[in-house]
Amino acid sequence: MADKRITIEAARYDPDKDERPRLQSYEIPFYDDSMVVLDALNYIKSEVDGSLSYRWSCRMGICGSCGMMVNGTPKLTCNAFVRDYWPRPITVQPLNNFPIIRDLVIDMDDFMHKLKEIKPWIIRKQEIPLGAGEHRQTNDQIDDFRQFSQCINCMLCYAACPVYGLNNEFLGPAAIALARRYNLDSRDQGLKQRLPVLADNEGVWECSFVGECSVVCPKGVDPAKAIQQTKLDTTLRFVLPYGNRD
Amino acid sequence: MLTTPNRIRWQVDFESYDVLVVGGGLAGIRAAIAAVETNPRVRVGMVSKVYPMRSHTVSAEGGAAAALRPEDSYENHAFDTVKGSDYLADQDVVEAFVREAPVEIIQMEHWGCPWSRDDDGKISARPFGGMTTWRTCFAADKTGFHMLHAVFQTSLKYPQIQRHDEAFVTKLLVEDSRCVGVVALDMKTGRFDAITAKSVILATGGLGRVYAFTTNGNICTGDGMSLAYRAGVGLKDMEMVQFHPTGLPFTGILITEAVRGEGGYLLNNEGERFLKRYVPNKMELGPRDIISRAMITEFEEGRGFEGPHGKYLHLDVRHLGEKVIDRKLPFMRELGREFVGIDIVKEPIPVRPVQHYMMGGVDADISGATPMAGLYAAGECANVGLNGANRLGSNSLPECLVFGAAAGRAATEYASSVKPVTSNPVDALLWDEAHRVEVAFLEKKGGTERMGAIREEMQHEMDQGAGVFRTKEGLEKLIERLGGLRERFGRIKIEDSSRTFNTELTSAMELDFMLELSQTIAVTALARDESRGAHARRDYPERNDEKFLKHSLVFSRDAAKPRLEYRDVHLGDFKPQARTY
Repeated sequence: MADKRITIEAARYDPDKDERPRLQSYEIPFYDDSMVVLDALNYIKSEVDGSLSYRWSCRMGICGSCGMMVNGTPKLTCNAFVRDYWPRPITVQPLNNFPIIRDLVIDMDDFMHKLKEIKPWIIRKQEIPLGAGEHRQTNDQIDDFRQFSQCINCMLCYAACPVYGLNNEFLGPAAIALARRYNLDSRDQGLKQRLPVLADNEGVWECSFVGECSVVCPKGVDPAKAIQQTKLDTTLRFVLPYGNRD
Repeated sequence: MLTTPNRIRWQVDFESYDVLVVGGGLAGIRAAIAAVETNPRVRVGMVSKVYPMRSHTVSAEGGAAAALRPEDSYENHAFDTVKGSDYLADQDVVEAFVREAPVEIIQMEHWGCPWSRDDDGKISARPFGGMTTWRTCFAADKTGFHMLHAVFQTSLKYPQIQRHDEAFVTKLLVEDSRCVGVVALDMKTGRFDAITAKSVILATGGLGRVYAFTTNGNICTGDGMSLAYRAGVGLKDMEMVQFHPTGLPFTGILITEAVRGEGGYLLNNEGERFLKRYVPNKMELGPRDIISRAMITEFEEGRGFEGPHGKYLHLDVRHLGEKVIDRKLPFMRELGREFVGIDIVKEPIPVRPVQHYMMGGVDADISGATPMAGLYAAGECANVGLNGANRLGSNSLPECLVFGAAAGRAATEYASSVKPVTSNPVDALLWDEAHRVEVAFLEKKGGTERMGAIREEMQHEMDQGAGVFRTKEGLEKLIERLGGLRERFGRIKIEDSSRTFNTELTSAMELDFMLELSQTIAVTALARDESRGAHARRDYPERNDEKFLKHSLVFSRDAAKPRLEYRDVHLGDFKPQARTY
């Protein structure tokens, strides 16, 4: 193990100095079989080049910080294992389809605005008082929306989405999946308030159903399904007088 | 924006709020919402060095304790918490906590948290370590993740809450002994901003990264504790560091206590449920401090497994069956599969004790108020007196809610009673701070020390000297080594001169914080000549109530020799007794 090496080709870009991103090559020890691409970046930053910039935190696939393009595929670098690429070099680039702030750091403010637009909170016609206790909800009812509640906002689906790549006005996979999460929650009555954004020109109808979003999701969320289901919601709204819960 | 000869970017006009929250995790967001609900006209700022949903709350897994079930009582939850704390908890604080926790759990339910349910549709509960009854509410085994996303998404509906995401706070602004805001480095632009407020709430989380082997994420660097400490506020009970019994070797990824709550066994290399020799009445549901010590003892007596990343023991859930595991512990199965390459349905999980939580923190009272006017603290960065010498598992999520909300309310009340901040001293303070960072880090020439090396040595020394068991000699050596590292830190090399998203600069400031906080842990641990809760001194194995039924308080004097004080614990109905399980 001790003498194994791995080459990391990392994207570098500093807006103060560079016109466009370039790749920089680092050859480092492949020191442990459990090593992930994020460990390799941390090794570079700690031992070789302190100026390499990227985001990370939990290193357990739940905070959503460390998404990058690894050999052209959107991945959480904390669970992309070096052993799966070695001995070939590993190219690490910022997530596709986003403006680049620096090196491997993308600008995701666009998503933060979209998240707010879909009103990702429980909407009720009448709030029940705290003293009345919890809403009753069965585990089966939770199963209706469970997978959509697993989204960690890691942005891999936006990086994989060809529609978002062409038109960043598109609401996009994660935001629609999260809208679906609330629309399917038995406690929620906000479908009608969310539909205008979902049914808008840049909403669900923009999706051409490539389905890459669901393929790359590290948490088993199926945004493509959420989008298709929501298309039905937006249609039934006009067809059936009582076609949706409000 | 002004561009000065030495390229410092700083802002002339500053944002000003009524209440400013530093930190966007569960406690911080709960505080922000409480502020708005106390007074809808209040302007709330929230500054966080990461987007709020990246906060380390996401990594909390097992659940949130609250006496919701009819067979439970406030008194039982309070007693379990006080006994778990080894009687170092303030009992008035515990009393308030157990009464508020159920309300907060219901509030989270109304905000959309997908709590796992019983057959009747009510919020379910599971057993947890040190709790005498089932009171740990959970959302499968991603409770913190679901709570954080629910509360963050809910916060988006309040236009009064203005966020400053990815802004790194470098200093508290203090005017006439009153906290009036912060100086923050905006990561994207590299600009220093003064963000002023009539009151400030610190909710910056823990400091686990001072250790090498920790469950804590890269962002858990104790920033808020250090900011308060530098401003002259005391840190309370810093020697009380929690080691969780079950971390995955190498990565330190947390395997939730819920695994044992659901019936998992801890086994040594003889296949023995060894806890029968340590906590016979509780077995796997003993408290974390005692189980972690039992595991280290098993290692020392030759009953651990040897692996490529050190000794470990087995956590075995195979007898629970696939159905229970997939329903109650799906994330554990995912972590096993993805990070260790095992299926926990078929194989035992390798585990060993790992730094997990900081009981110590910014000295704060029952409402989150610190001794400094206008400054509040909540969540893991605070010590309100709830956890004493050992926190019970599943008390920290409700702590974030109860005391986050309390701090939000108190800070709002305070804000309505004071005058707005004036720009006069703020401009000068901002300039001084931007200049300090510039000189200390960015314009520094000729540094030779690699920051990564200093950080790793600090973490290694902390693991060695301030781990599960401590000794006088080990702690003295630790203090000396930390002193050496502090000196070397003065000669660090910063390679990144960019103003845009300079993570080497923020890492340097985090390391600066952590070196300081490591010292407070070592110094308070050396001074406490007893064993209580998580603080286990081999040379003083007994608890000494006569001398040490007291909180420690540490104040910044100089780096090598902080000043120590002690303060009596608030006792109540529960008189200190021997802590056996």
